[in-house]
Amino acid sequence: MQKFNRLKSVPAYLPIVNIDTDMIIPKQFLKTIKRTGLGKNLFFEMRYDDQGKEIRDFILNQNPYKGSKILIAGKNFGCGSSREHAPWALLDFGITCVISSSYADIFYSNCFKNGILPIILEEEKIKELSEYANRKEEISVDLNDEKIVYGNNEIKFDVDPFKKKCLLEGLDDIALSLKKSDKIENFETNLKNKKPWIFND
Amino acid sequence: MSTTLYDKIWKDHLVDQQDDGTALLFVDRHLVHEVTSPQAFEGLRNSNRKVRHPNLTLAVADHNVPTTDRTKGIADVESKIQVDTLEANCKEFGVQLFGMDDKRQGIVHIIGPEQGFTQPGTVIVCGDSHTATHGAFGSLAFGIGTSEVEHVLATQTLVQKKAKNFRINVNGQLPLGVTSKDVILQIIGKIGTAGGTGSVIEYAGDLIRSLSVEQRMTICNMTIEGGARAGLIAPDEKIFNYLNGKPMSPKGDNWEKALNYWSTLKTDTDASFDQELNLNADEILPMITWGTSPQDVITIDDKVPNPQSESDEDKKNSIERALKYMGLKPDMAAKDIKIDKVFIGSCTNGRIEDLREAAKILKDKKISSHVNAMVVPGSGLVKEQAEQEGLDKIFVNSGFEWREPGCSMCLAMNADKLKPEERCASTSNRNFEGRQGRGGRTHLVSPGMAAAAAISGSLDDVRKYQN
Ligand code: SF4
Repeated sequence: MQKFNRLKSVPAYLPIVNIDTDMIIPKQFLKTIKRTGLGKNLFFEMRYDDQGKEIRDFILNQNPYKGSKILIAGKNFGCGSSREHAPWALLDFGITCVISSSYADIFYSNCFKNGILPIILEEEKIKELSEYANRKEEISVDLNDEKIVYGNNEIKFDVDPFKKKCLLEGLDDIALSLKKSDKIENFETNLKNKKPWIFND
Repeated sequence: MSTTLYDKIWKDHLVDQQDDGTALLFVDRHLVHEVTSPQAFEGLRNSNRKVRHPNLTLAVADHNVPTTDRTKGIADVESKIQVDTLEANCKEFGVQLFGMDDKRQGIVHIIGPEQGFTQPGTVIVCGDSHTATHGAFGSLAFGIGTSEVEHVLATQTLVQKKAKNFRINVNGQLPLGVTSKDVILQIIGKIGTAGGTGSVIEYAGDLIRSLSVEQRMTICNMTIEGGARAGLIAPDEKIFNYLNGKPMSPKGDNWEKALNYWSTLKTDTDASFDQELNLNADEILPMITWGTSPQDVITIDDKVPNPQSESDEDKKNSIERALKYMGLKPDMAAKDIKIDKVFIGSCTNGRIEDLREAAKILKDKKISSHVNAMVVPGSGLVKEQAEQEGLDKIFVNSGFEWREPGCSMCLAMNADKLKPEERCASTSNRNFEGRQGRGGRTHLVSPGMAAAAAISGSLDDVRKYQN
């Protein structure tokens, strides 16, 4: 997993509430065999017309937002089906930080599993930040200090210390569990004695 | 302290209790299919990891495979890529795969038990929500996401939070023509699709004990439709006899040891549950679903609900929406619902007993002329067994199509689909909008009820056809 530490980018602002995972990545793209490559289908229905042409009004089709690494959105972001394709699509597009006032549970934890930082802020602060998006000015996100710096201002945000550590060090769940290899091996040795049939030995 | 069967299995698989309240659990058996595994194998490859225990892992392609002549391969390009990718991944990582032309190929939740891969007291996972099926053997079995599939492949463990204990006791005897499918549909109707959220459900009571292994699987399979993490039934002689001699069952000395251990797998008599529900089997009737959620159930003698008689606005709206999608009128009798298709199959009802039950009704009868009907056996071995018993002939003579094994029209990922507004009596497990094809309308029923509907051309009472 990619480490997340500091990030500087013009944010893209999507002032829509309840953006569900079907909007983020519709079901016809689930027959893929990769995590990558989904970026071009991110927000598919909003981004392309019936002929498959880019809709110019859509924010992520415009410069400089095409290259935004930060997405600011309305509340309850990522609701609906639990598909992990949603964070995969964001990541593949290049978005590694989302800012909203609330998220759906599974989406929220799926972000951390994939190196994306979901930040929770009050609506008011979101309004303030969205101004920077409109003015095409960069903001920066610092995970270590848990703050967002914009112009001469800064906002603090909260993140679970354990999840923060994982993002900073690029530790995924697998790497963490593998740190417990000793315990897993012990368990397996016991298991072989106690229930030899499990390993078909 | 007295503990439940779930508590026991949990404790027995605890590798590490972690500070954040989660636990690292050992996984004894991992089933893999083509839809939810490609990104997991890709992840392993990218981080140079191996499959920790290939011999505890078994793979099969089921969701995308055609149920018609296999020699022609798969026409849909994306389906073919998913199936080919599974094959390549299994080769690369040393995982056993039942390929498309292997007789043992079939739906992942049917082949596990069939091979003796599924065993009592184990933790079984698969990137598929209907993994709950295997709970019929007294194993803790549940579905996981793709990141978790990768986690299990790499570590043979899974990070989990302990669930609550929920027990459903079913006592008494089922009336003639009523099956375990009707039992679970009634349970879901009672508790609702979120009724089991955060819980593992143990099924108990003399009715449950009297059920065959296959019928128990049907109940555990649909536990997920009640929102629960897993369904569980304490293993007994029937389970042990079923497993005896299966290809992957313990052998010789190990069999004796396993039996000893398996016999201890039960809830203590005075163990307490967070929630309990009691049902009387004698009162259960043949069920159908009328709407677009598995909790939308009525008996075959009932009428479709009328939104006007519902005072709760939200419920009223949802009934209206469901009726509109399903193309049904309020207060219509269930038996007046005319159908176009019948699908017998899926991991809920695609086993040999299910086919026998349907064939019994169809023997020497013809299906209605406007009905298109198919049987998709749950596995190649189910198909072979059915053919040995001559069931295929009964189906074909009555007008059914006899297909190759797979998930098929349970989720319409292969070529078997309903067309918009087509109505199907189906033995599968989900009646969501578009589940069996865009705009398709699904009524969930037991295999016997599906056969009865095929003959009548409308949903009908299977009891009419019982001798
Ligand atoms: S038969 Fe249906 S429910 Fe069962 S595994 Fe296949 S698609 Fe899923």
